Amino acid sequence: MAANEYVVRTKGLVKEFRMGEESVRALNGVDLDIKRGEYLSIMGPSGSGKSTLFNAIGGLDKPDSGSVFINDVDMAQLDARELAYLRCHTIGYIFQTFNLLPSMTALENVTLPTVFAGLTTDDGIERGIEVLNLVGLGHRLHHRPTQLSGGQQQRVAIARALANNPSIVLADEPTGNLDLKTGEEIIALLRELNKKQGVTIISATHDYKMVDVSDRVVWIRDGKIAKIEERADIELAVGTIKDETAH
Amino acid sequence: MSTHTAPASLGTPEKQITLPFSKAWEISMKSIKIRLGRSLITASGIMLGIAFFSSVRTVVLFPITQTGAAAEAARSRHSFLAIMALLVCFVGIMNSMLMSVTERFREIGTMKCLGALDQFIVTLFIIEAGIMGLFGSMIGWFLGWLIMVIPHMFGGGAHDLNRAFFGGSLAQAAQSVAIGLVITLIACIPTARSAAKMPPAAALRSEI
Repeated sequence: MAANEYVVRTKGLVKEFRMGEESVRALNGVDLDIKRGEYLSIMGPSGSGKSTLFNAIGGLDKPDSGSVFINDVDMAQLDARELAYLRCHTIGYIFQTFNLLPSMTALENVTLPTVFAGLTTDDGIERGIEVLNLVGLGHRLHHRPTQLSGGQQQRVAIARALANNPSIVLADEPTGNLDLKTGEEIIALLRELNKKQGVTIISATHDYKMVDVSDRVVWIRDGKIAKIEERADIELAVGTIKDETAH
Repeated sequence: MSTHTAPASLGTPEKQITLPFSKAWEISMKSIKIRLGRSLITASGIMLGIAFFSSVRTVVLFPITQTGAAAEAARSRHSFLAIMALLVCFVGIMNSMLMSVTERFREIGTMKCLGALDQFIVTLFIIEAGIMGLFGSMIGWFLGWLIMVIPHMFGGGAHDLNRAFFGGSLAQAAQSVAIGLVITLIACIPTARSAAKMPPAAALRSEI
C-alpha cells in the first residue's frame, strides 16, 4: 500500500503560544511526510519551532489546528488510553536531558515501558538486557543514572526508547548535553540502529554532526519549513551550511 | 527487533496499558527511598500535626477535675485545639505534597512518554503518600500520647492509667491514624491528578 510508505504525516500544523498580550506562532502550517525507515533531522535555530514540531509528532502536545498521522492514524482521534498505547508501543522518545528516572537502575529504567506494555517481569528483564547489550551497556545493568556518565545515560535512554520495538524513535537534541566525542558516538549509535533495526529516527537538533548521517534534513524557520534537503544535496552543501548559519 | 509496525487500527480492547499493583508498589518504595530526606520531612510534617492532635485528644481521657461550666469550657477548648491541630496539619501536608509533585513534573512527563496513563501517576503518588501518611500518623499519635501520659504519670496521676484509659487510647490511635491518612490523601490526590493531566510536553518543559 502506497500510504504505508509514510510512517508520519503532518498536515497544516499550527501551534500558538501566548506570551502575555501577544501570541506567537511556533508552528505556522507545517506539512511534512516522513518515510518509513528514514533518518530525518529537523534543524533550525532556537525558537524556530522545531521542538514544538517534535512535540506535535510525538503526541506530547496538541496542535491548535492541523493533524498528525502516525501509521495513517489521526492522532487527534485517539482517546487518552489509545494515546498512551501509541506512546508505549509505537514511539520511543529520547531527550536532551536524558530523563532517566533517578530512583531506578539502568535495567529498571529500560524495563519500565515493558511493564506498561504488559510483559511479565522475566520477559521484561530479558528484553531490557537485550536492548542494553545492543547499546553497549550490558555491563552497567544495575547502575543508577547518577553512577553513569552523560553518554552512558543517553545510551540507557536509547535502550529504553527501543524497549517496546517502536517503529519511530523521536530524539529531541539528543547530543545537546554531551561533549563532541560522546555526541558523535550517540549519533553513530542512532544511525546504526536505524540501519540495522529499520527504526525510523526523527531528530530535532541544531547539531551539524547530525546532518552527516541524515537521509533528509528539514530546515525550520519561524514555524515553517524553509527547505528539505535530500542526502545527496547535503553532502555537497554541508560546508557552506556551516559557514552560513554558524552562530 | 523487526521493521514491522503496529497496525493502523488502535484502540481494540486487547490493547491494554497496564501497571500491576506490585510494580506500582515497587516504584513508589524506590521513590521514597531515593528521596529519603524529603520523604522524612513530609512524614514528619504529618507526624507533628497528628502528635499535636493526639496530645489534645489524650488529655480528654484523664479524669476531669473541673466541674460545671469550667468543665464545659475545657471541653470546647480541647475541641478547638484539636480542630486547629488538624488545620495546621492539613496545610503542612498540602504544602509538602505540592512540593513533592511539582519537583517531579519531569518524571511525570517522562513516564507518560513511556506509555503511563494519568491514573498510573496518581496511583504512584497515592501509594507514596499513603505510606508516609500511615507511618507519620502512627508515630505522631504515639508521640502526642507519650507527651501527655509521662508528665501525668509522674505528676501523681499514675492510677488514672487504667484499663478504660488504655481502651480509650487505642480508639484514639485508630482515629488519629485514620484522620492522618485521610488528610494526606485529600492533599495528595487533587495535586497528583492535576499534574498527571498536564500534556507531557508541558511537564517536560518545567525546569526545577
